[in-house]
Amino acid sequence: MSDLTPGAALEPRTYEITRADLVAYAHASGDHNPIHQDESIALAVGLPGVIAHGMYTLALVGRAISEWTGDAEVLELGAKFVAPVVVPAEGAARVTVAGTVGERNDAGLLTLALEITSDGTKVLGAPKVTVRA
Amino acid sequence: MPIDASLVGRAFPATQPLAVTEEAVSAFATAVGGSAGGAVPPTFPIVVTFAALQDFLAAEQVELSRIVHGDQRFRYERPVVVGDALTATLTVTGVRSIGGNDIVSTASEITDAAGALVCTATATLVHRGGAA
Repeated sequence: MSDLTPGAALEPRTYEITRADLVAYAHASGDHNPIHQDESIALAVGLPGVIAHGMYTLALVGRAISEWTGDAEVLELGAKFVAPVVVPAEGAARVTVAGTVGERNDAGLLTLALEITSDGTKVLGAPKVTVRA
Repeated sequence: MPIDASLVGRAFPATQPLAVTEEAVSAFATAVGGSAGGAVPPTFPIVVTFAALQDFLAAEQVELSRIVHGDQRFRYERPVVVGDALTATLTVTGVRSIGGNDIVSTASEITDAAGALVCTATATLVHRGGAA
């Protein structure tokens, strides 16, 4: 659990994503888009390589929220996928979820102001997170 | 092929109900590095949302490899729990063309077995019309 006082910094979380994770996620989510598995298809449609499912990265945000808040109820979660997370054939891509606790609204709900990056590049834009915590 | 702008406002048929089982939740949670047996991850409703998106793309004969996810947002009425049976009903809310790509906006209402709204999932899909 983190300090959830408005304005408090949330301890950054860094997670790794491997090709094997993408295979497991494809099976678990039903999203078998080959751009998340097959380098030649990803390159053929103009991508820089095999990329993580945007929803994989957003799921990592969900994981960070759960770790920071002790599984608080999430009321809103969303973001734009502004840059691809390229996952190498060997090794892993790294995604960092960081930010601060935002305001508590009239309903007592807390917003989190997050930044989601991979090797210093912002990968999620306009993230919106509201929790009951 | 371009996405037909006349689709805006059209609601597609509801998906088959998705059973939220312990196994399905554990597989999803562990795939993103979490632990099995915990709370249902907040992005889990993407499973039924994606089924609705895939039905839509198949109906429009759009190749999945040309699609990149542009934006995804969930607004929850209540947490998803093991034992739920979720159904998604997708409506196309916008189609626009930018730089050779078609941007399709959708909203899916995700309901439980009783028909109560559990979550609203809005998604933007980018259909990459560029490189062959």
